[in-house]
Amino acid sequence: MHATTLAQAESPARNRTTSYLSALAPLGAVATAALIFAVFVSLYGHDPIKVFTYIFEGGFGSGFAWQDTLSRAAPLILVGLAVAIPAQAGMVVIGGEGALVAGGLAAAIVTLPFAGYPALPMQLLMLVAGVLFGAVWFGLVGALRQWRGLNETISSLLLVYIALAIFHQLVEGVLRDPASLDKPSTHPIDAGYMLPAIPGTYIHIGLLIAVGMAVLAFVFIRFTTWGFALRVVGGSDRVARMIGLKVDRWIIGAAAAGGGMAGLAGAIEVAAVQGTANSSLHVGYGYSGILVAFLSRHHPLAVIPVAILIGGIQASGSLLQRRLGLPDATVLVLQGIIFVCVLVGDAVIRNHKENGRA
Amino acid sequence: MTKSFEINRRNTLKLLGAACALPLATRSLFAQDAGPVTVGVIYSGSKEDYGYNKSHALAAARLKELPGVTVVEEERVPETVAVQRTMEGMIRQDGAALIIATSFGYFKPHVQQIAAKYPEVMFAHCGGLWDEAMPANIGTFYGYIYSAQYITGIVAAHMTKTKKLGVVAAKPTPNLIRSINAFTIAARSVDPAITVQVIFTGDWVLPVREAESTNSLIDQGVDVVASQVDSPKVVVETAEKRGVYSCGYHSSQADIAPERFLTGAEWNWIVPYTAFLDAVRAGRPPEHYLRGGLAAEFVKNTPFGAAVSDAAKAGAERAQAELIAGTRAIYSGPLKDNKGDIVIPEGTVFAENERKLDKIDYLVDGVLGQM
Repeated sequence: MHATTLAQAESPARNRTTSYLSALAPLGAVATAALIFAVFVSLYGHDPIKVFTYIFEGGFGSGFAWQDTLSRAAPLILVGLAVAIPAQAGMVVIGGEGALVAGGLAAAIVTLPFAGYPALPMQLLMLVAGVLFGAVWFGLVGALRQWRGLNETISSLLLVYIALAIFHQLVEGVLRDPASLDKPSTHPIDAGYMLPAIPGTYIHIGLLIAVGMAVLAFVFIRFTTWGFALRVVGGSDRVARMIGLKVDRWIIGAAAAGGGMAGLAGAIEVAAVQGTANSSLHVGYGYSGILVAFLSRHHPLAVIPVAILIGGIQASGSLLQRRLGLPDATVLVLQGIIFVCVLVGDAVIRNHKENGRA
Repeated sequence: MTKSFEINRRNTLKLLGAACALPLATRSLFAQDAGPVTVGVIYSGSKEDYGYNKSHALAAARLKELPGVTVVEEERVPETVAVQRTMEGMIRQDGAALIIATSFGYFKPHVQQIAAKYPEVMFAHCGGLWDEAMPANIGTFYGYIYSAQYITGIVAAHMTKTKKLGVVAAKPTPNLIRSINAFTIAARSVDPAITVQVIFTGDWVLPVREAESTNSLIDQGVDVVASQVDSPKVVVETAEKRGVYSCGYHSSQADIAPERFLTGAEWNWIVPYTAFLDAVRAGRPPEHYLRGGLAAEFVKNTPFGAAVSDAAKAGAERAQAELIAGTRAIYSGPLKDNKGDIVIPEGTVFAENERKLDKIDYLVDGVLGQM
């Protein structure tokens, strides 16, 4: 059922070609998508080579482009993990946006009572608050699944609307800074508490935090017995129960860990970029995370290059608009085609595997 | 497309070359003629939204027609690091000398940070409030759209039979409240029995809720629906389908409702755009608080729709003439809010540019609904 979890990816391969195929499929999918996209832009009268040149130039063609790409990639890594980690336990959780705004709001208000303290503890406080609130939000998704039998995909998606409603109610109500006239926002956090940029660049430190989290998730899942237990739960909860694992805890825990990542993304967005919580926090990062996680086949390390690829495509959309006058939707079309190709690739491989077993 | 890019790049190189060649001291001297200037315009939504973003895109299209002006545009840029990178891309990759950032949320912290980094580039932000602590190369502009909404209210009041007007609005921000109040004050100046029912949808773009709100207003007997959302398309469309009159906002929605569209409050951004462009060319610092209303032609009304009666036209034209001449004030005492408290005492008259109205937080008498 969940052919894309780590458990399967490196279970003793019944068939070596299949596991190579699994690894190569995303590359093939991206290449196929690029071809379809080339046809698409030619139909609109643009030279596909020129378009791809700009995509490369805008995303990866210079130091400036790389900084652009990497600063966009930082939140994408975390929201990608928010989907990829619960997937290890066999869940398809897509409501990262809800956990993200919950974490962002928590980070925006947690330091408000404390002015003039040393920066580091306050920064940690913001990040921890973001993780906690995101974790609680997704924990809810896991709990609803285990105890109420609610499908986690649907419940997480619906919880996004609830999270946004609560967020707007608070930001435009009791938490509103009266000085934020036409852009309702919470009180700004102390400027001294803002997360710094990586020295020598204008990429904020959130990129390093995100990469660190991806590595941490990988090590945990791949090299610890807990990680093994988690993969067993993801493989089959009946087997997990038979060997005495407390499946509820693992499921809820995995969901909460994913939510923590999305919450952290929100907290970093507040603490490194916005300095306050307002509607700018809700820009669809959570949904991009679905694409990132599926494209990386829910592998925590693969999330990093995939997030950079998607960040680069988004960065190049900027150049495509300015140089060729292409609409913003162009790169969305490319992202959409990639997503569909990956899903088709997954289906093909699944068929291949099942035929092999038969 | 290929061709225009080559020209762009050449122009940009020329501009860069010229900028290097000219000593700073003679810059203002040379800047007087219409030398090539690249302007970057950034929108948070789609340029084809039939609303706020389109009003800016129309002005950008007018800018393009000016000699020596190259315009680079980017739509649907979120208010995150993305807009910071877009501004930098426009400056570094396209050689933009003027950045026009059209969304409220771009101001803090994004425009502030990039403006500090590129002091030689001028930034014009729509809706922001500049203060001394901010970089000097930031200008802000906005229009007194409530004056145009007042005229819309006059027309609506002449056209209603049920004496019930409705407004579908996004969020209770001061700018929208000032407009809703102006619309109401205008309508009640025509007939004091008129009420204005307002519904806040909660966000700038919520098409489904906007349609529901419009239907709900019409079910309650409202026969003219006005809109205070980013894209009034849905409201105007729904009203036309239900056979009631509608008023627009931001840009023209007249072609959506050929039968029952009355008029709307429109922005005329080319006026402030040109002011900033002139400042760049003259080597002057930007205007930090550039505001204007009907007289300055920052705002205007959509031409009357087919249904508008002669009496309504006459009333609107008289109101417009008096507002421009300054012989009529929209906000003047005694004025009560809709809870019955006096908010502007007798004898106080606020001009169009009254700064106290920037923070307005009450709905006036005659508005049904709350914030």
